Amino acid sequence: MNQTKVNEIRLPETSKLIASSSPHLHDGSSVKKIMYLVILALLPSCAMGIYYFGFAAVQVLVICVVSAVFFEYILCKMMGRDSDWKDGSAIITGLLLGMLLSAGMPWLVCIIGSFIAIVFGKQVYGGIGNNPFNPACVARIGLMIGFPKLMTTWVPTRFMDKSLFIFDKTLLSQSQIDSIKSLPSLPFFHSVIDGVTSATPLNMVKIPKSLGTATNHLMGTMADWSHLWSYFVGNIGGCIGETSAIALIIGGVFLIIMKIIKWQVPVAYIGTVAVFGLIVHLTQPAPALPGALFQVLTGGLLIGAFFMATDMVTTPMTIKGGIIFGIGCGIITCIIRDWGGYPEGVMFSIVLMNALTPLIDRYTAGKPFGFIKKKAAEVN
Amino acid sequence: MSFSIKRFKGGVHPWEGKELTEGKTVRTAPLLDKYYVILQQNIGAPPKTIVANGEEVKKGQVLAVSGGFVSSSIHAPTSGKIKIINWPGPTGFNMSAVELTSDGKDQWISSVELDNNWEALEVVELKKRIADAGVVGMGGAAFPTLVKLSPPSDKYIDSLIINGAECEPFLTADHRLMVEETEKILQGVSLLAKILDTKNIFIGIESNKPDAIAELNKLCGQYHVKIVPLKVKYPQGAEKQLIYAITGREVPCSGLPMDVGCVVQNVATAAAVADAVIYRKPLIERITTITGTSVCEPGNWKLRIGTPLGKALEFAGGINKQPAKMLLGGPMMGQAQSSLDVPITKNASGLLLLSENEIAQYSSHPCIRCGRCVDVCPMALMPGTLSVMIESENFDLAEYTNVIDCMECGSCAYVCPALRPLVQHIKRGKTEVIEAKKKR
Repeated sequence: MNQTKVNEIRLPETSKLIASSSPHLHDGSSVKKIMYLVILALLPSCAMGIYYFGFAAVQVLVICVVSAVFFEYILCKMMGRDSDWKDGSAIITGLLLGMLLSAGMPWLVCIIGSFIAIVFGKQVYGGIGNNPFNPACVARIGLMIGFPKLMTTWVPTRFMDKSLFIFDKTLLSQSQIDSIKSLPSLPFFHSVIDGVTSATPLNMVKIPKSLGTATNHLMGTMADWSHLWSYFVGNIGGCIGETSAIALIIGGVFLIIMKIIKWQVPVAYIGTVAVFGLIVHLTQPAPALPGALFQVLTGGLLIGAFFMATDMVTTPMTIKGGIIFGIGCGIITCIIRDWGGYPEGVMFSIVLMNALTPLIDRYTAGKPFGFIKKKAAEVN
Repeated sequence: MSFSIKRFKGGVHPWEGKELTEGKTVRTAPLLDKYYVILQQNIGAPPKTIVANGEEVKKGQVLAVSGGFVSSSIHAPTSGKIKIINWPGPTGFNMSAVELTSDGKDQWISSVELDNNWEALEVVELKKRIADAGVVGMGGAAFPTLVKLSPPSDKYIDSLIINGAECEPFLTADHRLMVEETEKILQGVSLLAKILDTKNIFIGIESNKPDAIAELNKLCGQYHVKIVPLKVKYPQGAEKQLIYAITGREVPCSGLPMDVGCVVQNVATAAAVADAVIYRKPLIERITTITGTSVCEPGNWKLRIGTPLGKALEFAGGINKQPAKMLLGGPMMGQAQSSLDVPITKNASGLLLLSENEIAQYSSHPCIRCGRCVDVCPMALMPGTLSVMIESENFDLAEYTNVIDCMECGSCAYVCPALRPLVQHIKRGKTEVIEAKKKR
């Protein structure tokens, strides 16, 4: 009886057993899940951009994403890499690039941007995980050098008060408008920009100075509450995904809650800009430079702080390193904004700090458990 | 007395899986026809075989004696006839072993008897009995217990820490032991404390074992032992993390617990010490959790050392579906087995079968530097960075980056979204670094 029972017992087939190193469990996370959560977090800002800039924004975003994925696919095939576009990182790069462009960007420029991002920003270094610089930032800087006029020309949102002079063409001289209008004469470079171009609030700070027409009235208007509200919701001239502070904050908080990014990094970055902005504002009050809130809500600061200074590949791994990275970005951003030649410094600051990432990682690497006492023991 | 929940830095929360067996009373396995006793079951020097082919032995008779200071003896799990053979060991290699064909009498050797006078024994005699019984660390490392109990004279030991954390998922052997043989553990603990001459005795238990904590709390006053509930977090039972959680002391890198005045022993080892001293029984059996979702009747079994894994699985009713992995130990640090002939050894705390959908399929996607491994590493290392160094064979840099301090707990690989086989890389790095050090 007992013998027959033993015979019925089934035992594992040893030839089908896998023998591999421990650990044998995994928490189920994957690169793909992380990437798609980041994409999800970027969507509110894209939606706001589309809402304010209309179909032109959809066009730019779609062209950027599709071309980025295309270049990723081709490059991975060419270089014989296992990773492919489906991991979502190229989608993020394309989406971020589109969000950093003006809604009126000609399609060829978008494709050139994607090419710079994927080829020169990422694949030449070895693909995902090996790029020292944020690919979208590299592309944006590349385009800024290649197409300076286009990259500093903005379409106004659909709801802007055309009579409000600070957002309007009246800020630009006729010759400037003509030079922009002359751009579409290049083949394939047809731009949707018409006669009405708008400057970003940060441009406002710079342009009057360069034109020598800075007025107390202008600068005072920019820092007032009704305008700050416009900056908050995104009803201002600028890049598709940069302008709506509220949408960027929603996306950023989502990533923090999902534990994809560490809250310390955006807080360090934004905090530094706010403190720096406040100090500069106090030394040179409103007519010269607007205040801290203005500095935080305008330009690419929020998208940079939540989505680029927290990029896993190109920023330090430790929390301490992330804070140093954030503070460094904040200082560089403010220096460029207040004293540099460009109205905005977020992209430059992130790329510059990307270069310092290995160094920051090296100096912030935690001492192993029990390290200090070992040193003490050696001294003894 | 009130205790706050103690913890360490880092760590992960894998699926515990203990519900399969934590309520299952320990059952004693029936006598088998054949046992295969691996002759080296301890870390350190191999023991010297003192029996010859064809010899008849009694249950508990010495098969091999300790071959050095860091070594331990091996005993016959039953009475019968022996044959010296090569047999697959848990490492996957063939090892020198004794095949013991049972004579069915299961007759003890005469020296095994209850010693009612055990409380009056001298320390020297206690140590002798522990050594004679072949007691090794039963939590996993199989480090000869006597060595830990003989610290150099310049080390002052003020704390004895008994490890009842059992942080490995699925394993409940120590849990059941604490519930069912509370008194024996405490007797063993008092003997260990007597040998070490320490007054501070702690038993650390993860707070997911309230019944074990309750049982021990009933008797702890009588034995002057403090029960310390620990936060449920892997690897809470790692020696250095346990010491830190309980005493706040950091064992130095590449140092030993005795460097901070502590000795750590597993609860099962404490019970084996009690058996060795009071009952004069050598270590020939242990509690092993046989578990997994594909096991018909998961449970805790008292198995004799030398029981082949196939037989052990038969005790548990066999399997109901083909598993993908068969492990000796827990799912985080256990060793994958590919033969049912591998026998139970003194440190086999669990036999776990994992199904296809439960196991991790590690593949080397590039590191995306997310830093999760850094956050969870209980040794505060940078596993991802180390794995990249080792992948590019930059072993000098890996050594400089403290690869040697890794204890291979697997927390890093467990959370790696790129599914990098971090532990495998680091094991390789450690081997290379140790080799290079020898050459220097």
